[in-house]
Amino acid sequence: MPYTADRPDPAPSAEELRRRIPGWGADLDPADRPSYPKERDDVVTGAHWVLPERQQEREPRERSIEHGMLTPVFGTAQPLHGPAGAIRRYAYERYSEARAAHWLLLMLGDRVDSALSGLQAVPSRGPAALVGGTGLIKQLRSGRMLQPRDPRRADNAHVWMDPLVLAAPWLAGAWITWRVVRGVRRRR
Amino acid sequence: MRAMVYRGPYRVAVEDKPDPVIEHPNDAIVRVELAAICGSDLHLYHGLLPDTRIGHTFGHEFIGRVEQVGSSVQNVKPGDRVMVPFHISCGTCFFCSRGLLSNCHNVNANATAAGAIYGYSHTAGGYDGGQAELVRVPFADVGPMIIPDWLHDEDALMLTDAFATGYFGAQLGDVAEGDTVVVLGAGPVGLAAARSAWLLGAGRVIVVDHVDHRLRKAAEFAYAETYNFTQYPDIVALLKETTGHLGADVVIDAVGAEADGSLLQHITGAKLKLQGGSPVALNWAIDAARKGGNISVLGAYGPIFSAVKFGDAVNKGLTIRANQAPVRRQWPRLLEHIRAGHISPRDMISHRIPLEDIAEGYHLMSTKLDDCTKVVLTPPAA
Repeated sequence: MPYTADRPDPAPSAEELRRRIPGWGADLDPADRPSYPKERDDVVTGAHWVLPERQQEREPRERSIEHGMLTPVFGTAQPLHGPAGAIRRYAYERYSEARAAHWLLLMLGDRVDSALSGLQAVPSRGPAALVGGTGLIKQLRSGRMLQPRDPRRADNAHVWMDPLVLAAPWLAGAWITWRVVRGVRRRR
Repeated sequence: MRAMVYRGPYRVAVEDKPDPVIEHPNDAIVRVELAAICGSDLHLYHGLLPDTRIGHTFGHEFIGRVEQVGSSVQNVKPGDRVMVPFHISCGTCFFCSRGLLSNCHNVNANATAAGAIYGYSHTAGGYDGGQAELVRVPFADVGPMIIPDWLHDEDALMLTDAFATGYFGAQLGDVAEGDTVVVLGAGPVGLAAARSAWLLGAGRVIVVDHVDHRLRKAAEFAYAETYNFTQYPDIVALLKETTGHLGADVVIDAVGAEADGSLLQHITGAKLKLQGGSPVALNWAIDAARKGGNISVLGAYGPIFSAVKFGDAVNKGLTIRANQAPVRRQWPRLLEHIRAGHISPRDMISHRIPLEDIAEGYHLMSTKLDDCTKVVLTPPAA
């Protein structure tokens, strides 16, 4: 049959839905919903200032170059430091958020940060520093370790990839080191 | 203080950290009593969001007791028990003054494309989050609300993000009386969106996922029809068939960056990070919506490009709406709904564990093992 103007899947009546679903239709009127209209100027915010006071910038704080200034309030967790910090600072100072390079450099900074912090922890915590925190050790100790192919796992299709994702930075680092060492030896 | 600490992809721990301090006259320090792991925390956990720094404390869903306030704070005082929205808002910038409280321009120095979110990387402002004993709460006069005596703590916790976001998402979909609403994803936000669609007058609510226990939850909690997409050769064709081959009036993407359903998309998006996430759910939403229909995007995606089927969205005349939820705008009505017995957000919670077991909590949430839907954490001092 050709498609017609009628709904092919008419809904049950409002009475039936009200009976079956607690609160059905309580917000039926679109004009009486908290997010309508999207922009409105009558939302009470609790603010009692026109311009917020500025938070003190105790050390140089990176910012997006799409901002005209450092925002009056900003997070102070984990300030930039070390090689990862240098990569991140370059990403912020050189590229806007519109550029893929901005985000890809930040991702590179994340991987460098992760690798260096793992290596730094090895002297004090041993090789476990490189794998600790995944939840696996606790599960192994508790005897509740579940098989990677446990049919109840939601991530079965790609769980095999996770060790590769974790190992990739180490493998890449080992490969680069090997290439550098080999290059130096050959030059001699 | 004890706090969850990010050590790298798939690696989190609880460690000692310095207590947060007042850094601005309108700051407060809140002692966390309950926190939760959000599905979107998994994107951080899996190393998907740029500028997630080692040592960062996650957690944007928390309630607690005000411990200390800055000199200009008027609306809360030490001892008050507060629920805190996941986003930080100044209350007076161009966006806040128009009610877009989750899009504040005065709090995220690192990005203009996002507001600030507690414990959600430096891309979201670089604020440590609430999976800790103490947390710094900027603009304490704008965000936190004193928890009413009658409200259950776990309901308050679920209103700080998950349920408020689902409720907001149903509104973004502009659900009208009798509409057929498809919700992709049966995590906490999807459950809340499905439940909320009925409040807005939906005539039919369908939830799609691939985790059976979550679909059972969707049937119980949200009174939804459910489909496990792994059991059908083509979920979009099935959704078309079940809607008389027209498609759904409203489709809500409550999945985001780590969607399953296409191994290629998952590998390139979630594993190799070559996309801002795996846009499978978004593409299914575009395909499953009827012409002229609405798509509401609640799923979190990364800031780089994703392979989205935009041509189909244009040809079908779809309206696509998206945002982080301006949480405080939702609270008065949601409190009415809880009080009237329409909703019980805490029924979404599946696990309650000590903060010290955070690694296992993330592992459970990530694998969805042990029928995990929502993990609530209790800090040692709470």
